[in-house]
Amino acid sequence: MSNMENKCCCCNCGQPDERLEKVKKFINDHKDVKGGLIPVLHFIQETYGYLPEDVLEHVSDGLNIPMTEIFGVASFYHFFSLEPKGEHIIRVCMGTACYVKGAQGILDKFARELNVEVGKTTEDGKFTLEATRCLGACGLAPVLTIGEKVYGRLTVDDVPRILDEYRK
Amino acid sequence: MVKYRMDLLVCGGTGCQASGSSEVVETFKKEIEKEGLENEIQVITTGCFGFCEKGPIVKISPDNVFYVEVTPEKAVRIVKEHIIKGRVVEDYLYKEPETKEVLHEQNEMPFYKKQLRIALRNCGFIDPENIYEYIAVDGYQALGKVLTEMTPEKVIEEIKRSGLRGRGGGGFPTGVKWEMTRKSKSNQKYVICNADEGDPGAFMDRSILEGDPHSVLEAMAICGYCIGADKGYIYIRAEYPLAIQRLRIAINQAYEFGLLGKNILGTGFNFDIDLKYGAGAFICGEETALINSIEGGRGEPTVKPPFPAQKGLWKQPTNINNVETFANICPILLKGADWFSSIGTEKSKGTKVFALAGKVNNVGLVEVPMGLTLREIIYELGGGIKGDKKFKAVQTGGPSGGCIPAQNLDTPIDYDTLTQIGSMMGSGGMIVMDEDDCMVNIAKFYLEFSCEESCGRCTACRVGNTRMLEILNEITEGKGTMEHLDELKELGQIIKDSSLCGLGQTSPNPVLSTMNFFWDEYVAHVKDKNCPAGVCTALLKYFILPDKCVGCTACAKVCPTNAISGEVRKTHIIDQEKCIKCGACMATCRFNAITRR
Repeated sequence: MSNMENKCCCCNCGQPDERLEKVKKFINDHKDVKGGLIPVLHFIQETYGYLPEDVLEHVSDGLNIPMTEIFGVASFYHFFSLEPKGEHIIRVCMGTACYVKGAQGILDKFARELNVEVGKTTEDGKFTLEATRCLGACGLAPVLTIGEKVYGRLTVDDVPRILDEYRK
Repeated sequence: MVKYRMDLLVCGGTGCQASGSSEVVETFKKEIEKEGLENEIQVITTGCFGFCEKGPIVKISPDNVFYVEVTPEKAVRIVKEHIIKGRVVEDYLYKEPETKEVLHEQNEMPFYKKQLRIALRNCGFIDPENIYEYIAVDGYQALGKVLTEMTPEKVIEEIKRSGLRGRGGGGFPTGVKWEMTRKSKSNQKYVICNADEGDPGAFMDRSILEGDPHSVLEAMAICGYCIGADKGYIYIRAEYPLAIQRLRIAINQAYEFGLLGKNILGTGFNFDIDLKYGAGAFICGEETALINSIEGGRGEPTVKPPFPAQKGLWKQPTNINNVETFANICPILLKGADWFSSIGTEKSKGTKVFALAGKVNNVGLVEVPMGLTLREIIYELGGGIKGDKKFKAVQTGGPSGGCIPAQNLDTPIDYDTLTQIGSMMGSGGMIVMDEDDCMVNIAKFYLEFSCEESCGRCTACRVGNTRMLEILNEITEGKGTMEHLDELKELGQIIKDSSLCGLGQTSPNPVLSTMNFFWDEYVAHVKDKNCPAGVCTALLKYFILPDKCVGCTACAKVCPTNAISGEVRKTHIIDQEKCIKCGACMATCRFNAITRR
């Protein structure tokens, strides 16, 4: 991976990547921490929005853990993604309370409006549509989050209006 | 120190924040400053009041007035009327939905009347980000008492005598667990707080951590003292950012005050607490899986014994309790085991927090004494079924539990009675379902969840649940046979018998319990190819009601398969062979002339 050293790994722009420096430092700090792999993966996910393979190679070197094991852990947890995500991540809660109040219909409507499968990102890279586990806001069911913002008591008719907020 | 004459308690739980409570707080502060009352009136952001349905909630103390659904505009009027002129704004109070009676005080409201708040005692009452407020309500007194007046054995004895059982689902006696860990010999032991609340529809742990984080820290330190541990971890879902933030603040404050760290209260007892983040795996709520996850690996469960009490984190004795269990510890030690064991039923002592959700009028968090009936919770606290629909079932215990039908509504609930009627306590999710919910579809929903969350280690769980799901899919698509139903029962039993951990052992429960109580509904799907609740799309048929159809041809025009025929101004008809059940006709008809069944 020497050719990738400190270069942006999410595209082929060849620009230096400050994020990688931060990640490397974090890895180094966690070299001797017991159970350090998951915190490191959290940090990378937070920094890049997903787990780029090139960066995971640094983790493998830094923590002395084989790539197979890292993939084993990364693919086990829903929170980690091995694919890049869209600019806005729409997380439709599919907990039971939301489900019985029609979350499936809302998820389907988003999929139709965005022409994207659940779990995938739109071609323009603007939206990722996800069905998420219970967000614990059952009082507002059905709910979804986009970034930090929570939308509650939804109906299918709210979907186009919500998308318009982010399409501008 | 400033003495305030009035406190405005504004709910800052996730539910109310999503309903806009942060803006309400800002408005209150601005208006109060405008009136020059900032030294008299205090605005406090508290934890969850539980009544998420009517959020944002604002309680005014000491007047004990309870405002619901407060907006920034309403906040301006509350300041002008209530705070300045002392006139309660009746329009913004809670109204009894049936009698329309306006209720001023919290304890008059049916939602709160039968509640007894022990674990939630401080939620909605104190500012969770201020340790002084916690100390003012006897916070850290139990820790002081334990460290200076009681031996570990005596504390364990008290917890055992109280009858407290694990609130995370298993119901294992907490005192016994502590005793087991104490008796394991080792130089290093650990306390873990399980805050990986994964049951869909349960949010009590999140509310406790958001509303009263210190109560959990204090109890963990007490546990550490009892079992001989100096290190604690809180394993919390990464999906709970607010809870994480409040915990961080609380931990820092506790260190500053010498209530965590070295030589606590000068007694020579050391205790540290660290946060560990989960990463979205339901199975990590299982003790051994959680330990594997903290150790940095895949969260797969391992064989018990050895129990964590013998060989847990990094192979050292470890005591794991869930958030709500810890939240009960300090009141027991301050008020005594006798007080606690006087509440509840014979084998289940104290209270339980339930997350009441689904098709019920008052959605929210309730804490009630064990032994209350489901009917009391759903119809009195919950205010009955939304939209006057007919009650069909209540689901407890999440993906591990079952659906309880109307005939069992009068069962007094505790750990054992719920198991007897084919469900379980679980972490306390309680989802109410009405006549519009299809039980086969609900069983499928939970099974999908279990399939997705199965770690894949045991064949019975990994393959068996997938096969059960395939069968359920066939049934809901109208391809089911009666043999399928026998297979479901048989497979369910095998999975229960041959899975390693709790997830596998309980995953068939939603299917088995709905088959037990709603057999007719399964038969209707299989034999009559009909979904009585009108949910399973493949089984639905669309019909045009001749007495309502005016022959406007709107439906025929939108039908993508030209399945609708008829002359203008004459009743139209749907060709069932051609119909693909897209529902476009029903959405278009302006005369409600199209129905599906």
